[in-house]
Amino acid sequence: MGKTLVDKIWDNHVVVSKAGFPDVLYINTHFIHEVTSPQAFDGLRRRGLPVFRTGKTHATADHNVPTLDQHLPIKEALSRHQVEMLSTNTAEFGVELYGLGHPYQGIVHVIGPELGITLPGMTIVCGDSHTSTHGAFGAIAFGIGTSEVEEVLATQCILQYRPKRMKIEINGQLKKGVLSKDIILYIIAQISAAGGTGYFVEFAGEAIRSLSMEARMTICNMSIEMGARGGLIAPDDTTFAYIKGREFAPKGANWDKALAYWKTLYSDSDAQFDKVLTYDAANIEPMITYGTNPGMGIGITQHIPVVEALDEKEKVSFKKSLEYMDLQPGAGLLGKKVDYVFIGSCTNSRIEDLRLVAEFVKGKKKANDITVWIVPGSKQVEAQAKAEGLHEVFEAAGFHLREPGCSACLGMNEDKIPAGMYCISTSNRNFEGRQGPNARTFLASPLTAAVAAITGQVTDVREWL
Amino acid sequence: MKKVFKHLVSTVVPVNIENVDTDQIIPARFLKATTREGFGENLFRDWRYDANNQPKPDFILNDPTYQGEILVAGKNFGCGSSREHAAWAIADAGFKVVVSSFFADIFKGNALNNFLLTVQVSEDFLAKIFAAVKADPAAKIEVDLESQYIKIVASGEQEGFDINPYKKACLINGYDDIDYILSLKEDIARYEKSREFNF
Repeated sequence: MGKTLVDKIWDNHVVVSKAGFPDVLYINTHFIHEVTSPQAFDGLRRRGLPVFRTGKTHATADHNVPTLDQHLPIKEALSRHQVEMLSTNTAEFGVELYGLGHPYQGIVHVIGPELGITLPGMTIVCGDSHTSTHGAFGAIAFGIGTSEVEEVLATQCILQYRPKRMKIEINGQLKKGVLSKDIILYIIAQISAAGGTGYFVEFAGEAIRSLSMEARMTICNMSIEMGARGGLIAPDDTTFAYIKGREFAPKGANWDKALAYWKTLYSDSDAQFDKVLTYDAANIEPMITYGTNPGMGIGITQHIPVVEALDEKEKVSFKKSLEYMDLQPGAGLLGKKVDYVFIGSCTNSRIEDLRLVAEFVKGKKKANDITVWIVPGSKQVEAQAKAEGLHEVFEAAGFHLREPGCSACLGMNEDKIPAGMYCISTSNRNFEGRQGPNARTFLASPLTAAVAAITGQVTDVREWL
Repeated sequence: MKKVFKHLVSTVVPVNIENVDTDQIIPARFLKATTREGFGENLFRDWRYDANNQPKPDFILNDPTYQGEILVAGKNFGCGSSREHAAWAIADAGFKVVVSSFFADIFKGNALNNFLLTVQVSEDFLAKIFAAVKADPAAKIEVDLESQYIKIVASGEQEGFDINPYKKACLINGYDDIDYILSLKEDIARYEKSREFNF
């Protein structure tokens, strides 16, 4: 019987497999950032251990960094301390750091791919749940806790049980105005925020194949939002073309060898999945969330469910969620006034996202009483945007291109949405307080966010295209 | 002191909410500490305290009626971020066991790595625990890791629970993942040599 892609990569990384024990899995690439690594380095010190393979860990500062005036010291003392600790720890243990001021600095899941560190067939971990992003290259990539960060620093291995395999096929073609963000929000709305728990999900089908690498990253990025351990997409010519020539990508004879291997990375036609789901791309419209988990999403023209339609056990959490959002069951969202627009995060802050937004807002003006934050995912994205003059398009529309970081995705740095305000956000989580205490989040695509920046309200972007 | 978990009988704190995500367990703005201690005071911060840092009387953790070392919550507990701070906060607040009908993967792994036992029960049994505690806040729950059961002490109703045998042994004996992998260093070296380049 054939193997799934996950099993092919998994089998190639098993160091030891013993009955009754989890597999010891070798990790090719380990990304770290300032929030989930300090206690891991402390652990190494306590044990008197070095970093086992320093060249396989890459560090950047992203969660705590301000997105304006990055050349100045970070104002908030605790954030500054955490970023400084990363510098101290990486220097002491010999790990490469792309910290503030470095031309490669950025959100960890943006810089890995753009530097050519993320490659097909790899095992990749990071103390961050959105590590699933890297699966877009046909890699096993997943988020880990700090104890596991310490484990990987100490041994370059991790203990893992083999996950179940799921395949999600999106057949057909996407309609105009529908982006990969809408695909993943649609899937999560169908199967719930827990529907993928215990699985590694392979995304397949014509609609997935036709996506760019950056669009694929958006999908894999949010596979954790359905509870999946990770998501991945078999590499193809789109993948190889994206990687070729990047800073750390294989070159010359190594490239040829790597490419030959990468071409074997697909699920065999007779491979067995534990679960297969199939959707038609034509049924997907621009999506928006109305609640406080990413599974609470609807097509932009649809209405919030009514309480009576729900399972008895879901009612309490549903009501709590709508109370937090100050929305009514059964209501539609079109025309709902929005206070903030946030375009950024490891989900949607890459150059294609910024190009799409710039193209849409060109020649238009932002609504009067709306605040718009456009935050590039990395210094390289920022530089590219400027080279293409996108910042001028944004300025003309009344926006400002900020500096790279996680920004308003998680209310850990200076960029927080004020209490009670509504924000259309291209990020990945609409949890209570995620963007700041009592902030209210509508998750949506960069296009749906861009049109709201112009109209000041939830708008169906298809009417503007 | 070596941490272990074997057996516990305790009253419980019921948080009857589904999809409790790690941003609720410990909001991001409290993740700035660089040690593992002290997160307990910010456990469920925004549910426990209002914008003026005053306790919200209607949240269960502020109700002195409910005390104990077992946290019981609705399904899909711990979804969202991989922050281990969520497990640290729960443990730091004095809990030794979390019971739910469903756990998010990463949270479960993080909890077990911190000797915080996650006990997954059926929806029915979860409802029974909530009912028992509602009827009597002093109701006790027994959790036995060796024999893998959870019991409502007063009624004697019990259910078995799953845990992977490796983690069970770790919890009972205080074993550590890193010590285990380090004991396999020769295998790791052999693996590395067997790969022409590393992927």
